[in-house]
Amino acid sequence: MRWLLVKDLQILRRSPLLVALLVIYPVTLALIIGFALSSPPGKPKVAFLTQVPKGHGRIHFGSQNINLSSYTKQLFESIQPIVVHSRAQAIADVRSGRSLAALIVPSDIPEQIQNLVTTGVGSPTVQLILNTKDPVERQFADQAIEARLNEVDQAVSKQVLRVAVVDLQQVLSGGSIQFFGQSFQLLGLRDSRALLRRVIAALPARSPLRAELGRVVGFADLAIQGLAFANPVLGSIGTPLTVDQTELSGRTTPTATYAVTIAVIFSLMLVTLLLAAGMLALEREEHAFARLVRGLVSPGALLAEKAVLAGGCAAAAAILMAAGVSTFVPLDWSRFPLWVVALAAAGIAFGALGVAIGGLAREVRAASLLAFMLSLPVAFVALVPAASVSGGVKSLLDAVAFVFPFKPALDAANNAFSATAPAIGWPLVHLVGLAIVFGGVARLAVRRLAE
Amino acid sequence: MPATAATREATLAARALSKRFGNRTALRDVSFELYPGELVAIIGPNGAGKTTLLSILAGIQAPSSGEVSSPVGRKVGWVPQQPAVYSKLSVAENLRLFARLEKLSDPEQAVERMLDQTELRERSGDEVGRLSGGNQQRVNVAVGLLGEPAALLLDEPTSSLDPRQRERLWGFIAALAGRGTTVAYATHNVVEAERYADRVLVLADGELLFSGTPAEFERAVGGRGRDFEAAFVRFLDEHGH
Repeated sequence: MRWLLVKDLQILRRSPLLVALLVIYPVTLALIIGFALSSPPGKPKVAFLTQVPKGHGRIHFGSQNINLSSYTKQLFESIQPIVVHSRAQAIADVRSGRSLAALIVPSDIPEQIQNLVTTGVGSPTVQLILNTKDPVERQFADQAIEARLNEVDQAVSKQVLRVAVVDLQQVLSGGSIQFFGQSFQLLGLRDSRALLRRVIAALPARSPLRAELGRVVGFADLAIQGLAFANPVLGSIGTPLTVDQTELSGRTTPTATYAVTIAVIFSLMLVTLLLAAGMLALEREEHAFARLVRGLVSPGALLAEKAVLAGGCAAAAAILMAAGVSTFVPLDWSRFPLWVVALAAAGIAFGALGVAIGGLAREVRAASLLAFMLSLPVAFVALVPAASVSGGVKSLLDAVAFVFPFKPALDAANNAFSATAPAIGWPLVHLVGLAIVFGGVARLAVRRLAE
Repeated sequence: MPATAATREATLAARALSKRFGNRTALRDVSFELYPGELVAIIGPNGAGKTTLLSILAGIQAPSSGEVSSPVGRKVGWVPQQPAVYSKLSVAENLRLFARLEKLSDPEQAVERMLDQTELRERSGDEVGRLSGGNQQRVNVAVGLLGEPAALLLDEPTSSLDPRQRERLWGFIAALAGRGTTVAYATHNVVEAERYADRVLVLADGELLFSGTPAEFERAVGGRGRDFEAAFVRFLDEHGH
């Protein structure tokens, strides 16, 4: 096996284009992923048109004012506004691609909000114009702006609630209020009740006003009790629901690390399958297979050599790739020995699958095509989230994922890179089992090669 | 010079060989012996079973029935129809690889010997893929000879060569036989069988129809001055093939 390995390495060394592709492909993929993960999306460019005349952006609510321009500033922190001066210009900007979207604030928005907060009727509306040519960009802009507008929406709601709570407090307890630049003392319900009680006490015992004022005091009692409850109730509307999150399986893998793991394992799979299937099929194309297995090398040793060669080379490339990506995304270097174990086991399992493909396909071109065509659905099946399909389909996908090495390789590497996935032992056992099974399939397939 | 059963022990003996692929019978009850220094042509039309017979003699395929025997320790070299060497490796690297896989005691010495024997020393550093078809075939033969086999089996050795390359290869093969190596080759070129073989085995539809010298074969089909190829075609027709 040693001399076959040396021979295959010599052949690879003399195939610079192939080797360059095998090295450049994962490195490029690593750099692209690393760059993408370390460069979060910038603020979307949004054409912004406000039709509200200057100085008319204030909403009066009780004794308080809400200035819409302060919320516009908040919105501008999340988007890159391109201020335009007409609706036509906003639409032209979106059409030309200069802006991802256009946000148009109508001139009567203060009145609409005023109406809502004073009468509870109406639905203040701003207009969002999106370019629907590119569905991905459209979704990005839609989500970004909608999220920001929701924040503004919530901020306005909270401000209104704060004003309402303060005003209710003043109705209840009295205090000083500002109205048209003048200060007024408000009596408040509690003081009014106390005043009425004093008036009742001062009235003659048989005065008919006693009973009438007593009813007013009773009403004041009820109102004070009711408004005392209203305070916390109103306060709770601003944040009606709090999520108390509990993680059941310890820490989860950070999204960026998981994305890196997927990229590394996908590259490992693709390189190993192509190399193992191609190198085995090459033995037949060079007409050497029959000569080799005619007593020089056993078919099992030949298959093992191809699997080890392909898996070893691809695992080395995958380790380089992971090391390269770790400059962008944190990977746990203290677990480096486990990186090697996980990627080597994955390489061997993919290598066994590769030689099975090579044995079945017989020709290099057919083997490469089959390896490539198999890689994409194998990865897809393993990555479909459980919640995105029905239970029956998920069971089927899980069964398919179980018989290919991608899923256990992903689990093993995930654990090795971040220590947050479940233990590495079972995925390694799974990979070894699959290597044995695919090795057996390859052994059956190559019986035909010598004929 | 051909040897006979009376004077020498057979290098390789096929006894009642049959090979079936499903319902198709590729060989039926084929028996013959090959002797040291003998140059034997196995001729027959396409599909006659020549390659199957050589594969069984070489140990690549097992017969469905019958057996192949050779004296203990006698190696059999095999040269497939297409050069079974690595085009990205040089001539010397190919020879060295197969010498190591053969577990020869001195691989380097074997490489040097074959470079001299095949007159490929000047091209020893060249990648095989860059050699002419004739030289590639010589490397192919050299690999088959690395273990100094008692018998060398060649499948259509000249099918991809031009006339000059054929002449050189036949000269090389004849020299091998002259040194005592048993050489058996399959061909459908009856002229080559007539010119170079000591003995001719005629196969058709898996049956061994004839075994004898080219001259005996010509006599068997009439021997009235016809050329050998015409005699061969007539012979097959007369036997219902």
